[in-house]
Amino acid sequence: MSDRLITIVRFIGLGFLEPVIRLARGEEAKKNLTEILKKIVAPIASILIFLFIWQTGSTALYNKEAAHRIEKAFNEQGQEGADAMALCIESGNVSCRPNTLPSPTQVKASFLSLLKDHKIIKADKKAFKEKTAEINKKRAEAGETLIVYTGRPSFVDQITTSLKTVFAGFLLAIFIAVPIGIALGLSETLKSSLNWLIQIFKPVSPVVWLLLVFMIVKTLNKNSDTDSSFLISFISVGLCSMWATLVNTIMGVSTVDKDILNVAKVLKLGPLQKVFKVILPSSLPLIFTGLRITLSVAWMVLIAIELLAQSPGLGSFVWEEFQNGANDSNSKIIVAMFVIGIIGFLLDRIMLTIQNFVSFNKN
Amino acid sequence: MAYLELNNIYKTYGKGTNATEVLSNINLHIEEGEFVAIVGFSGSGKTTLVNLINGLLKPTSGEVLFKGQPVIDTSHERGVIFQNYSLLPWLTVYQNISVAVKETFPKESKQFRDTRVKKYIEMVNLTPAIHKRPGELSGGMRQRVSIARALAMDPEMIIMDEPLGALDALTRGNLQDEILSIWDENKRTALLITNDVDEGIYMADRIIPLRPGPNATLGPEFKINIDRPRDKTLLNDDPEFKKTRNDIIEYLMEIGQERTTTSATEYILPELEPRHFD
Repeated sequence: MSDRLITIVRFIGLGFLEPVIRLARGEEAKKNLTEILKKIVAPIASILIFLFIWQTGSTALYNKEAAHRIEKAFNEQGQEGADAMALCIESGNVSCRPNTLPSPTQVKASFLSLLKDHKIIKADKKAFKEKTAEINKKRAEAGETLIVYTGRPSFVDQITTSLKTVFAGFLLAIFIAVPIGIALGLSETLKSSLNWLIQIFKPVSPVVWLLLVFMIVKTLNKNSDTDSSFLISFISVGLCSMWATLVNTIMGVSTVDKDILNVAKVLKLGPLQKVFKVILPSSLPLIFTGLRITLSVAWMVLIAIELLAQSPGLGSFVWEEFQNGANDSNSKIIVAMFVIGIIGFLLDRIMLTIQNFVSFNKN
Repeated sequence: MAYLELNNIYKTYGKGTNATEVLSNINLHIEEGEFVAIVGFSGSGKTTLVNLINGLLKPTSGEVLFKGQPVIDTSHERGVIFQNYSLLPWLTVYQNISVAVKETFPKESKQFRDTRVKKYIEMVNLTPAIHKRPGELSGGMRQRVSIARALAMDPEMIIMDEPLGALDALTRGNLQDEILSIWDENKRTALLITNDVDEGIYMADRIIPLRPGPNATLGPEFKINIDRPRDKTLLNDDPEFKKTRNDIIEYLMEIGQERTTTSATEYILPELEPRHFD
């Protein structure tokens, strides 16, 4: 049973847990302890060092900012003003708090407050739903539009929105890049006639894609009154991120092993059979490598695109907090940074697991 | 008219000044039910010759006739066993053979195909590994899958391109016997390409050496007048075996030497004396 567990743990890329399982089973205590030291204790130590550097760095920046403020008050209002400012900073008053890189403790506090905020909003939503349940029922019967909650979204809501956008973009990328990639990989003529397009548009920045999509969607969507910001952001994400999949699919399809193609010929597979039974399966590992890159690129550009497209999500959360300038805005931005990083990491791990699952040359 | 005929085959790779003629003036006639072996050095164009016969390649000039019809494409009538197994790595043993059976017998029932696939897996003794992928099998097992796949398509002629080249001596011996018994059972025509003279003598009715390329061409044929079934252990003492073996090896050595003497350019070496350190 534990052998199975080890295989699963390795499969999903959590191989560092292997020595713990083996140790719990009582296997080679010394060897597994060194493994644990290497794979678990050392990373934890490095996290602690990171936090320490962050703490010292943010304290130093805080002191510098405070000194600057006191000096400024001294220059403008003399000694009295400087003393007042020093006292004010000492008391931790919001109005004169030095605004700089937040410390780990502040970030943690912000994280907790964001969670608390989420709970409040959730409760609020629930109450709203209960309150409007009956009216909505009547409205639905009468065929009128329903009353929906229009309050402020919580941080967790923003994450969900971002994930939705990234998945919509990712799906779009798959639906565009994989079929086109297969077609281009199969036909040398198509490939050479469209190669310029790929080479030119591949390095274009997300921001420019967003503007391009904006130009088109704005015109197409003129008559409908739906909010086009989601449409714009997910299409841009898809267009920015699809190139890795496109290039990898072309490569995978056009470089199928010659021996394998000979088999297809000797078996006399029809053209469709050849594509679905031989070419696609053998290029699947490369396609999935492309998809993995696509998803991580999609998540990376999503933040910038949401920020510019004014579409709800983590990107606009970061931008709003930056514009907001409240005393805990900076620490909220850092929270968002970590959340973005961790979600990106998890998405990559999920893709890696799927990739391991479909690739046949495991050994 | 022979069963398989190769008439004045030339095969050139490349064009213009870069062209290299791999095969020149190949003439080969194989009768129905015959087992012919072609022996040659590595790099002499054996695989090119095989691909011309199975239809993967087209000759630059000359014609390949199979039952009187020119070969223009691959056909289910000619089963191929490739040198490097060429299994589809994402499919299991069963699926690899089932793909071939489905293509050859598209109109038969599922039941029929299933029994056929299982029968051939049984025949090469791979039933315990039926749901394994090629990556999990040893070289000998993979080649057995490849043999089962070729035979499951019920070809009239089996073309084998150094099928046992990469295997160890013991596995090799077993598979030679397996191939022979299958050939004997259904009296198919067989063409074996090999670099092992002993293997050729043990298995074939005729051995034809391929003179090394470029411009590879077939040498004089050697008939093997040893009664079947041949016994591998007794074969070594058979005077006929010894004689044929010596003749073929002598011939191959001769052309091997020819190759080295004709291709060697003379290098002028500087007149240097080793220095003496006292």
